[in-house]
Amino acid sequence: MRTLHPFPGGVHPPEHKLESNSRPIGSAPLPSLLVVPLLQHIGNPAKPVVEAGEKVLKGQLIGKADGYISVSVHAPTSGKVLAVEPRPVPHPSGLPALCVVIEADGEERWVERSPIDYLNLDVSEVRNRLRDMGLAGLGGAVFPTYVKLNPAPDAAIPILVLNGCECEPWITCDDRLMRERAPSIIEGARIMRHLLGAREVIVAIEDNKPEAIAAMGEACRDTDFELVVVPTLYPSGSGKQLTQLLTGREVPSGGRSTDVGVQIFNVGTAHALERAVHHGEPLISRVVTVTGNVRRPQNFEALIGTPLAELVKLTGEPREDTTGYIMGGPMMGFDLHSTAVPVVKAMNCVIARSDRLFPPPPPPLPCIRCTRCAQVCPVRLQPQDLYWFAHARDFGKAQEHNLFDCIECGCCAYVCPSHIPLVDYYRFAKSEIWAREREKKAADRARERHQFHLFRLEREKKERAEKLAQKAAAAKATAAMPNPDADAKRAAIQAAIERAKAKRAGVVPRNVEALSPDKLQEIQEIEARRAKLREVMEKSGEDQA
Amino acid sequence: MTYVSQPVSVSLIMGKVLLALGLGIAAYVVYFGPAIVISLVLASVTALAAEAFMLRLRRYPVAPFLKDGSALVTAWLLALSLPALAPWWLIVGGTLFAIVVAKHLYGGLGNNLFNPAMAAYALLLVSFPAHMTQWPAVDMLAQAHLSLAETLRYIFTGRLPAGVTVDAITMATPLDFLKTQLKLGHTVHEITRAPIYGHLGGRGGEVVALAYLAGGLFLLQQRVITWHVPLAMLAALFAAALWFHVFDPDRYVAPWFHLASGGAMLGAFFIATDPVTGPTTPRGKLIFGAAIGFLVYLIRTFGGYPDGVAFAVLIMNMAVPLIDTYTQPRVIGHGRQQERP
Ligand code: SF4
Ligand code: SF4
Repeated sequence: MRTLHPFPGGVHPPEHKLESNSRPIGSAPLPSLLVVPLLQHIGNPAKPVVEAGEKVLKGQLIGKADGYISVSVHAPTSGKVLAVEPRPVPHPSGLPALCVVIEADGEERWVERSPIDYLNLDVSEVRNRLRDMGLAGLGGAVFPTYVKLNPAPDAAIPILVLNGCECEPWITCDDRLMRERAPSIIEGARIMRHLLGAREVIVAIEDNKPEAIAAMGEACRDTDFELVVVPTLYPSGSGKQLTQLLTGREVPSGGRSTDVGVQIFNVGTAHALERAVHHGEPLISRVVTVTGNVRRPQNFEALIGTPLAELVKLTGEPREDTTGYIMGGPMMGFDLHSTAVPVVKAMNCVIARSDRLFPPPPPPLPCIRCTRCAQVCPVRLQPQDLYWFAHARDFGKAQEHNLFDCIECGCCAYVCPSHIPLVDYYRFAKSEIWAREREKKAADRARERHQFHLFRLEREKKERAEKLAQKAAAAKATAAMPNPDADAKRAAIQAAIERAKAKRAGVVPRNVEALSPDKLQEIQEIEARRAKLREVMEKSGEDQA
Repeated sequence: MTYVSQPVSVSLIMGKVLLALGLGIAAYVVYFGPAIVISLVLASVTALAAEAFMLRLRRYPVAPFLKDGSALVTAWLLALSLPALAPWWLIVGGTLFAIVVAKHLYGGLGNNLFNPAMAAYALLLVSFPAHMTQWPAVDMLAQAHLSLAETLRYIFTGRLPAGVTVDAITMATPLDFLKTQLKLGHTVHEITRAPIYGHLGGRGGEVVALAYLAGGLFLLQQRVITWHVPLAMLAALFAAALWFHVFDPDRYVAPWFHLASGGAMLGAFFIATDPVTGPTTPRGKLIFGAAIGFLVYLIRTFGGYPDGVAFAVLIMNMAVPLIDTYTQPRVIGHGRQQERP
């Protein structure tokens, strides 16, 4: 039995899982039009490789991974590309993004599928194949799977965790998937372990999913995987909290769970990996929970690109009092701006809103420093202080108080009796800090540019001066260059000058005043010799002249 | 965005505080007569009116803020700290000061530095010491009983029924009595045999204290407050009293007497736990509570005031920013070496 290491804080909001988890996963029918965004993962958008008018097959590459953190995108069905253009996508910003619009031909003709023989292939080759299969985390964070399977060479990942916690209320797609497709998930985990070289595999499931626990336990029977049932407490399913819960290791600030030797994959990702490896299927569909204010909440396996409106229709006529749709759970999800947006890899859940299910919060009151927020913060932050700093726009202080360790889980906002939208303040503060950082960087760059400009002017001036000086020096140097002819001439001139001088002054060489008589004698002899030489020289000079 | 929230509101929290005070108030009425109810009503009406006026003045939406219940809590805590037989203007004036100055001039709900009720109490004690010591006698010891009408008349006009003197209905508090008697050279043992003492503290007062304790436990169970401040405060008061008591039992009264007397229980569970003016970190709360308990003992035993809760709380209110700064919990993912620069 593994001893659990509970993380601080956490909350237990009403689960609302029963609404949608009592029906099996339904399969959403093929829509006539699919809108496939090229950015469905964290990282660079995929580069489109098809053009309007082109015919595509189901599973055909339509967007190629671009850069290290990126994955490919595939046609969810066979048909014709109508356009490659910006369309509304499910994103908090509500801004449109580049999509490939495909008109289905209804034939569902596949490209040739080739399973990946992962046991006989080089690991890096397998990873590249997974990137080209479009695999990204299906828990909602959509981090490229192949990157997560590619730990730094020096960082061993002894523990692989299969995350089946699904701690957000309302969401049940992982629950249903575990109940219905446990063997595939476990097989996916086995492949992951092989690629990672992990020693242990832990399957973590919250104790509010007994059927999933039973099914996964059954699938784990012939493995050495450890099934760990964890208490139902939000946010157990968050990577850092799950790592702490299972191993007692705290993920260092700003780091990832891999820093403490743990790699976590969502069960849905393991399932998709199994489909990719054994069946050669790229990631073109996923299970989505459609719940909330709908008539028959249910999970559907839907093709990526299926318009949300069609998915919602499968649960019956929309209710009149529906006020909108949330993507994700009620703790960390966000409002969808329209039902024209397509299903994407990150879409684990869509909740129809109504004022009855999600009453708008009363107007916020001032913070009374009751510290309920601090008591539930899983990171042990002081949310009331962060709020105060963010509110006062004292972003430096907020940063000092570890604003960037906030995982935006919303526990604090959930318990606040003053109904302060705390997480919104943190997001605001973070984005302000980022913006300032960017501005500062831009300003730094501008200053650097300016300084470089000054430096260049200075350098050019110096260079010019140097060039001039060099020219001058060069002129001098050429003058001083040894040249036998010129030397002889110069020597002659020089000699002549000396002679003239000597004649004019009849100069006695210096330093001879205090010399001994024999020295003087010697000198005189030398002088005599030189005089003779001089005569010779003079003669030759005259000859030359 | 967080789309769901716990069904909890400031009003609900304040409501639970008021509810928890109920038991203590009931005990008060039983032992000391109905005067306290009059004080409570007076303070409540004044507080609500002052709050509404100030909110209007500061252009805040009046209704939601008035409904938060924080003004009522302040009013009740002040009324319960003042002598129940205090004249009406003392209660009204104190409440006005608490709401207008100590609360709103310091920024209103959530922003005030000092516990408004205690700030008002301290002001009144310093300004009107005589009126602040007219405590109603325990009913069974008073020579004269006042009916509700007579009490009302006394509070509003200062007139007593014919033949009744102030001395017949008021009395020194057990803490006061102890202090003055000690000065006269009596031993603790002799003094506490006086009829105003019960088993633990003052007669009647000890029951009220137990009722506050029960109310406090209710708040703990309801998670309105955490255990840190009350436990630290009572433990520190108890420890300090025990130390001196063991050292010289004739001059220093037993620790349980301190716990059951004056504002110890009310202070520990209802006043020192005021979230707005207290520290926010768990360790900070322990330090804050312990310091208050210790100061209460010092002021009671060696100081010139009858009880120390108000001053101890106010002094520690000033230290809160410092305490918070130095007791920040270690954030998950930050190594211990990074805990403090
Ligand atoms: S829970 Fe809300 S009111 Fe209480 S301290 Fe936190 S932010 Fe302030
Ligand atoms: S949202 Fe941030 S501050 Fe609030 S509880 Fe979660 S981690 Fe703590």
